[in-house]
Amino acid sequence: MSTPADHSPPLNIAPADRPHRQDPGRFRALLEGLRRAPVSAWFGLVIVAIYVLVALFASLIAPYGEGQVVGSQFDPWTAQHLLGTDNLGRDTLSRLIYGARNTVGIAFLTTSLAFLIGGSAGLVAAVVGGWVDQALARLIDILMAVPQLIFALLLLTIFGASVTSLVSIIAVLDATRVFRLARAAGMNIAVMDYVEVARLRGEGLIWILSREVLPNILPPLVAEFGLRFCFVFLLISSLSFLGIGLQPPTADWGSMVRDNAILITYGDITPLLPAAAIALLTVGVNFLVDWFLRETSGLDDET
Amino acid sequence: MGNIPKLIIKRLALGVFVLWVVSLFIFLGVSLLPGDVATEILGQSALPETVAAFRHELGLDLPLHIRYVHWLGGLLTGDLGHSLANGRAVSQLIGERLGNTLFLAGVAACFSVPVSLLLGLLTALYRGSVFDRFTNAVTLTWISFPEFFVAYILIMFFSVQAGWFPSLSTMREGDSFAHSLYLVTLPALTLTLVVTAHMMRMTRAAIISVLGSPFIEMAKLKGIGQRRIIVWHALPNALAPIINVVVIDLAYLIVGVVVVEVVFVYPGLGQLMIDSVQRRDITVVQACSLIFAATYVLLNMFADVLAIATNPRLMYPK
Repeated sequence: MSTPADHSPPLNIAPADRPHRQDPGRFRALLEGLRRAPVSAWFGLVIVAIYVLVALFASLIAPYGEGQVVGSQFDPWTAQHLLGTDNLGRDTLSRLIYGARNTVGIAFLTTSLAFLIGGSAGLVAAVVGGWVDQALARLIDILMAVPQLIFALLLLTIFGASVTSLVSIIAVLDATRVFRLARAAGMNIAVMDYVEVARLRGEGLIWILSREVLPNILPPLVAEFGLRFCFVFLLISSLSFLGIGLQPPTADWGSMVRDNAILITYGDITPLLPAAAIALLTVGVNFLVDWFLRETSGLDDET
Repeated sequence: MGNIPKLIIKRLALGVFVLWVVSLFIFLGVSLLPGDVATEILGQSALPETVAAFRHELGLDLPLHIRYVHWLGGLLTGDLGHSLANGRAVSQLIGERLGNTLFLAGVAACFSVPVSLLLGLLTALYRGSVFDRFTNAVTLTWISFPEFFVAYILIMFFSVQAGWFPSLSTMREGDSFAHSLYLVTLPALTLTLVVTAHMMRMTRAAIISVLGSPFIEMAKLKGIGQRRIIVWHALPNALAPIINVVVIDLAYLIVGVVVVEVVFVYPGLGQLMIDSVQRRDITVVQACSLIFAATYVLLNMFADVLAIATNPRLMYPK
């Protein structure tokens, strides 16, 4: 006969076997993950790396200047002009390369600005709470009720189309989305005991935000940065395509498609190349974000 | 009962409130413009007396709140003011074009909704199969494409190489319905491709998330076939999120129309808005953005109301 003690249930009743979010070795785990990352993630990584290199060294790679007129209008593909020339006789390849710097650079700048504004407002709302939170959240709800493209068009009409107004308008509009995420993620952390301890210790708001809350919501924010970048990039390209984004003579992929679209009706695919460049980068970033999300959340595909 | 109508009325009231605030935003934004409509029309060199007289004529010398009430009253009675560029009544400019835009969006919706629901259902049914993974990869790629890229690819294949459809959808008055339909095929197809990817993925996700519920487990244990489970047990319960996604995508369609109209030179509201933005014709832009915003808000409100109405759990207060 066994004593009841032999049948005592296992004491190991730890709640869930989910990986803990604040592993110290997360960065190493990420590197480890990178080694066995799927092909799609590698594909995304390589694409992003190539774009960054081209953007940084545009002036070294491009055979001609950004706005330099080097031939007659719409020259075909030749050895001198690998992708022909555009509607003003500028080298298409060179403009494509400079476009990487302008289009991607401005989209990156805008997204960073959006994260600065939306992220800090969201974190403040989450940590401070009360009426500040309520007022901000309601204001953002209303801003989000209007489609971004329409809002951007209206504001660009009011302020006029320049790079500064383009970047600030889109950054502010996009900050609303960032705000939502940062607030929701920050809320979960703001109720943690260690934040309370920091408060009792008398730490200031900035310290709590940057040292206690921010590090713990970084992974979703990084993933969101990738997705927002894609969105901003597509929005700016669309606006440029519509003729109200980046203004000439800046080489920009959206307006390059617009300026040379006439060639398509003659069966020439050159005007599609900048559009393809936009699509390729977006696909690459999407793949990368997809993998990063799966890697940091420990979640697998929904299936 | 009684709970649902109350919730719906609450939601409608919120929608009207949002619309009101949006109108306020649009009005104030334009009013804060450095230099006002009068100087825009008369030019910088106009005499101060002329500007003052003109401002009086336009009612710009009245206080801000009175002007807002006038503007709002005009809106509600269909008077949207006059274009700065050519002095024509904005309501007249917009009238016909709004019809064209709704026609295009309507055709695109007729294509995209059935196709994406069917694809979503099929990929959920055969999830993990080659077909599912292929569809997923294609739609994920497709979502990343800018609208004008999709549009020009279609023009390249169906218009330039095959010669089946025109690359410019210039509609004229008096075109027969069949001819209009023919003209709008390529733009509608572009919009369809753009929204189908999203709608289909969301449908699939909605069905799959329901498949994790205990009652599906129960149905499985009872020995019901996979197909019957999905169509009779999972689909009705996934209906609310699916309806929501469909309506939100329709709202997106209305906005996505802007770029597509420009590519195909289609005489719709989006084209008018872009032209007016370039001319800085503020009264027209104001009216167009209000219409787009209102459509978007109304459709979203409609989605919420449908979600409430199709959720039987809400019939009983907690």
